[in-house]
Amino acid sequence: MKKIEAIIKPFKLDDVKDALNEIGIQGMTVTEVKGFGRQKGHTEFYRGAEYVVEFLPKTKIEVVVSDEQAEKVVETIINTARTGNIGDGKIFVYDIKDVIRIRTGERGKEGI
Amino acid sequence: MQLTKNGGRIMERLKRIVSIISLIFILLPVTLAFAEEPKAPAAQAAPAATASPAEQAPAAPPAAPAWDAKIAADTVWVLITAFLVFFMNAGFALVESGLCRSKNAVNILSKNVIVFCVTVVFFWLVGFGIMFSSGSSFLGTTGWMLYGADNSPATGDAYKGIFASLNWTGVPLYAKFIFQLVFAGTAATIVSGAVAERIKYFSFFVFAAVMAVIIYPVAGHWIWGGGWLATMKTPFLDFAGSTVVHSIGGWAALMGAILLGPRIGKYTADGKVNAIPGHNMGMATLGMFILWFGWFGFNPGSTMAADPNAIATVAINTCIAGAVGGVAATFVAYMSLGKPDLSMALNGILAGLVAITASCNWVTPAGSFIIGLVAGVLVVYAVLFFDKIKVDDPVGALSVHLVNGIWGTLAVGLFAADIGGVKGLFYGGGTAQLISQIIGIVSVGVYVVIVSGISWLIIKGIMGLRVSKEEEREGLDIGEHGMEAYPDFVGASSKR
Repeated sequence: MKKIEAIIKPFKLDDVKDALNEIGIQGMTVTEVKGFGRQKGHTEFYRGAEYVVEFLPKTKIEVVVSDEQAEKVVETIINTARTGNIGDGKIFVYDIKDVIRIRTGERGKEGI
Repeated sequence: MQLTKNGGRIMERLKRIVSIISLIFILLPVTLAFAEEPKAPAAQAAPAATASPAEQAPAAPPAAPAWDAKIAADTVWVLITAFLVFFMNAGFALVESGLCRSKNAVNILSKNVIVFCVTVVFFWLVGFGIMFSSGSSFLGTTGWMLYGADNSPATGDAYKGIFASLNWTGVPLYAKFIFQLVFAGTAATIVSGAVAERIKYFSFFVFAAVMAVIIYPVAGHWIWGGGWLATMKTPFLDFAGSTVVHSIGGWAALMGAILLGPRIGKYTADGKVNAIPGHNMGMATLGMFILWFGWFGFNPGSTMAADPNAIATVAINTCIAGAVGGVAATFVAYMSLGKPDLSMALNGILAGLVAITASCNWVTPAGSFIIGLVAGVLVVYAVLFFDKIKVDDPVGALSVHLVNGIWGTLAVGLFAADIGGVKGLFYGGGTAQLISQIIGIVSVGVYVVIVSGISWLIIKGIMGLRVSKEEEREGLDIGEHGMEAYPDFVGASSKR
């Protein structure tokens, strides 16, 4: 099993969710996060003075899927979240040791 | 460590108890004064006298005397506009808190709440008497708590009483008082914005009282209370208060901002200006609209009579200057700063409104357009100027009220269009009016700078002016008030 963690532009969340639903993923976790990449935030202006917003708002989605599904999920996220501009985000893929559904105690693939 | 902290707490409590006791001592004589009831104003007796003949002859159609209808209309007008000006407190509260950070929102809202309450008490006790009662040409010396002879709404020579400087308006004394009271409240509120995010709450509280007792009424007496500026050969003119309200508030705010110093993080180590963005532009915008709305009471109400031509003229002049100020500030910001900064547009509208306040009764809509245009340009460069000289004014109060209060007062001497016998330089009136305006601007400026400077320093010596660095970083909401404005939200992370 794999966990796919993607940091995306917030306005892309609905597109990504819809696309992942279409390829049959069972659930996801979404968090509002802030951070910076190579651009180190951006500058804004207020009453004639410049200031740097160091952490930009992003959305983090986490999806746990079986090994076979993982590559398909990554591709789908890339295709839907990409704008081609700076700040499109990143995807991290982790190995998952185990999954437990709390209600039934099912483990592993059944737990997803 | 713990012990010293406790010790500090106890000292803090002691200070609080002392301030409460002193408040009781102030309020005690007032309570005692209620033992004797004030004489019923003549206004209440008059309608009763005219009503009795009508009762004796019920068959006759009720023909109310003409002066009665006028008094009623004037009084309703004065009171409604007074209530509009009162509503400006809400505007100030929203503009100021919107343009400051969320960690100081409770503190700024508290200041806006308490400054009006304090002004009501002290302006009623002594302020109104100093400003409008007879006395010397420097200050009034009777009329404490509105006691004393007064046969309002009689006007002109028929008026017999101690508030002769207000004998030109035919409304009851209490209507005159409430209208002037809300103006006094506005002057004091201006200070709140410029000293925001770093002043101790109770130090501001005391200064609000000083404002309502000494600063505003004395300078006001010179101009509106029959004092020396009003009785010069060419009298100094300020229709609704560009100087009386806005510049006085602005000068006092300037001294406060200078003595407090800039907020932590406003300037980098090498002196560059750091932007400290406000936390809610929606609040600031709503506040501006409420102020604009209130200004339709502030200026048109200053006729203190429901005089159709005058109030319509003043209303259109007020509206045009505000609107043009907003347009001008937007474009100046766009051209010189790169973007049409919303906060500058808000300041620009208020600048236009402040600038037209002195002259709104004596200029044409075209004159109003130019006055507003200049105000909108001035306000943007004034903001940059105050930033540059390191006078930190979080909401632009100095640029709006002080700079444009001065500009608006000068504008009377330039644009007065021979309306009501007032002629400015551009309308062939020569420089006489302009010179009177300059005398007024300078003398009021010198007086307020000295008296407010001394008052701030005394407060600093006794109570301190500025909160500790730790408190300023954490926010005055927790430090001064022990609560947050938005306890359910995580604020923007900031090194400042």
